Amino acid sequence: MFMQIDNLKVHYPVRGGFFNRVIDHVHAVDGISMEFEKGKAYGLVGESGCGKSTTGKSIIGLEKITSGKIIYEGEDVTNKRRDRKSAYNRDIQMIFQDSHSAMNPRKRVQDILAEPIRNFLSLSPQEERKRINELLAIVGMPEDAKLKYPHEFSGGQKQRLGIARAIATNPKVIIADEPVSALDLSVQAQVLNFMKDIQNEYGLTYLFISHDLGVVKHMCEHISIMYKGRFVETGNTKEIFENPQHIYTKRLLSAIPEVSPIGRIERKRERVNVETHYQKEHNLSFDEKGRVFDLVPVTETHFVAASPTIKEVI
Amino acid sequence: MKTTDELLRIKNLHTGFRIKDTYFDAVDNVSLSLRKNEILAIVGESGCGKSTLATSIIGLLDRNKTRIQGEILYKNKNLAEMTEEELNDVRGLDISMIFQDPLSALNPLMRIGDQIEESLIYHTKLTKEQRKERVLELLNQVGINNPERVARQFPHQLSGGMRQRVIIAIAISCKPQIIIADEPTTALDVTIQAQILDLLIDLQNETGAGIILITHDLGVVAEIADRVAVMYAGEIIEVAPVEELFSNPKHPYTRSLFNSIPQMSQENTRLNVIEGIVPSLTNLPREGCRFSSRISWIPEEAHEDNPTLHEISPGHFVRCTCWKHFHFKSDIGGSHHVYAD
Repeated sequence: MFMQIDNLKVHYPVRGGFFNRVIDHVHAVDGISMEFEKGKAYGLVGESGCGKSTTGKSIIGLEKITSGKIIYEGEDVTNKRRDRKSAYNRDIQMIFQDSHSAMNPRKRVQDILAEPIRNFLSLSPQEERKRINELLAIVGMPEDAKLKYPHEFSGGQKQRLGIARAIATNPKVIIADEPVSALDLSVQAQVLNFMKDIQNEYGLTYLFISHDLGVVKHMCEHISIMYKGRFVETGNTKEIFENPQHIYTKRLLSAIPEVSPIGRIERKRERVNVETHYQKEHNLSFDEKGRVFDLVPVTETHFVAASPTIKEVI
Repeated sequence: MKTTDELLRIKNLHTGFRIKDTYFDAVDNVSLSLRKNEILAIVGESGCGKSTLATSIIGLLDRNKTRIQGEILYKNKNLAEMTEEELNDVRGLDISMIFQDPLSALNPLMRIGDQIEESLIYHTKLTKEQRKERVLELLNQVGINNPERVARQFPHQLSGGMRQRVIIAIAISCKPQIIIADEPTTALDVTIQAQILDLLIDLQNETGAGIILITHDLGVVAEIADRVAVMYAGEIIEVAPVEELFSNPKHPYTRSLFNSIPQMSQENTRLNVIEGIVPSLTNLPREGCRFSSRISWIPEEAHEDNPTLHEISPGHFVRCTCWKHFHFKSDIGGSHHVYAD
């Protein structure tokens, strides 16, 4: 196993009352486990507020982990990821949704790209310049781009610069948090193609966070569906799409508009069916506190959250 | 179900924005009509002029900075020439609008019930009690379970989907003939989006209103539209009934767009990338086929000098003649790796 997340939890304290004491916790991420193999893409899907971005941020160290472990190449890096020069920080990088606000508007492209290089690789100024030119070539931008400022680029170009910065240190894992949701369809296609190309070329592992199941299906071999900070279902892309088990997954799948008007009346009927089913079975699918149940195996790779009583039946 | 009653007819509409004392047309010579009981989708990428078209119809543009030419005929009156006072009598009563971001479209300091009541006060002669009753009826109609409580709440107390339902309640409060929905579900999660789209269809079946749906999402179009107009660089480049457009797209731009969707049904195929970028408003090529620069491998003779819409089958219009000669670059073994802008 290349990388592993074990029972990751991120809880935010809620303060209030007398002396502003901690009175409660928001369970943003509440016990998720994932295993990563090298060179594969993993999708994390859920609706807004389900904790998918918090998961990504906590893996890279932008969010404090309450409990749980991250094991990277056999080493526990849970606390090391906050130490600036660690190898883990070099090997794991992030692409943000809004690349415009992820780049310092007062810096030129060459300085933006040089930042991770200066932090993690000790290169001479000539080597650094060469590396920046290389990076620009990889993302298909002309060399004179390095003297420009971020605002001089279009949305798709900025997203490519964000990718160039993420791959500057030859990372092994890239966490992509909604990398294409701010882009137009044709630009989105460009960025997705490009992310696939560099994945094949450099054997990257992706954690692809998105609310768009179409994009995730296109990019990832493995999908986890998240709800209220926990996984409701996880498995190979095929298994999730062809044999969804959890009522929440079914509801999510039925809600996605299909790019074909044929059969839309039946789809609407199906959607309403699933929705009534969901409302009815809501209590059965989640425990008395509304928490998602623990995962039980369906097949070797496919897991679904189910109540312990149903587990006996399976 | 469909009748041919025409609700709205747009003829040769030009909407220009003033930039340094010159007007640049963001909507360039658009002609369209909307029928009763119809959902007409206007699709395009950002900057194609689809929202400008919508705001031109309902008269929300600043008249000091824009120039509207052409006709927007509603009940034999030209909306484009109406004064602000005349428009106020039409807006909300005959034509209403649903906005993309429900939070910024609602007044944060006003209770939901009062906001819905506003247009009833303006446009109807109902008494206070009748209005209150109508507000609850409307909230009920848009699928809000506890209308009495929601009517007393403020926008921040509601979820995104609930807020959008309130916006729809406001839009349908005076039973308008035409509803313009500008990206009504873009800010919402997919499950909520599905509910809102279903609600729009149900409401339309009840009221028979014509809906103009502005969106960039072809999935949404496939789900609810009856007819589709595709816009590119200020022009309509293809109009067709929805089944026809999705099964038989003709214009190179439409075909390219379809090929860049990460299809739910296909796997591991490369997505199509449209070369180049959408020209900015000030750099729009005003002559010839506006899409020609993005399909440079198609010979120049394929394009018309003055591209017009041609009816190629009943109700299916395509601009320019280049579609007859179009093929994807990758089909002739062209480079896949085109990233240069």
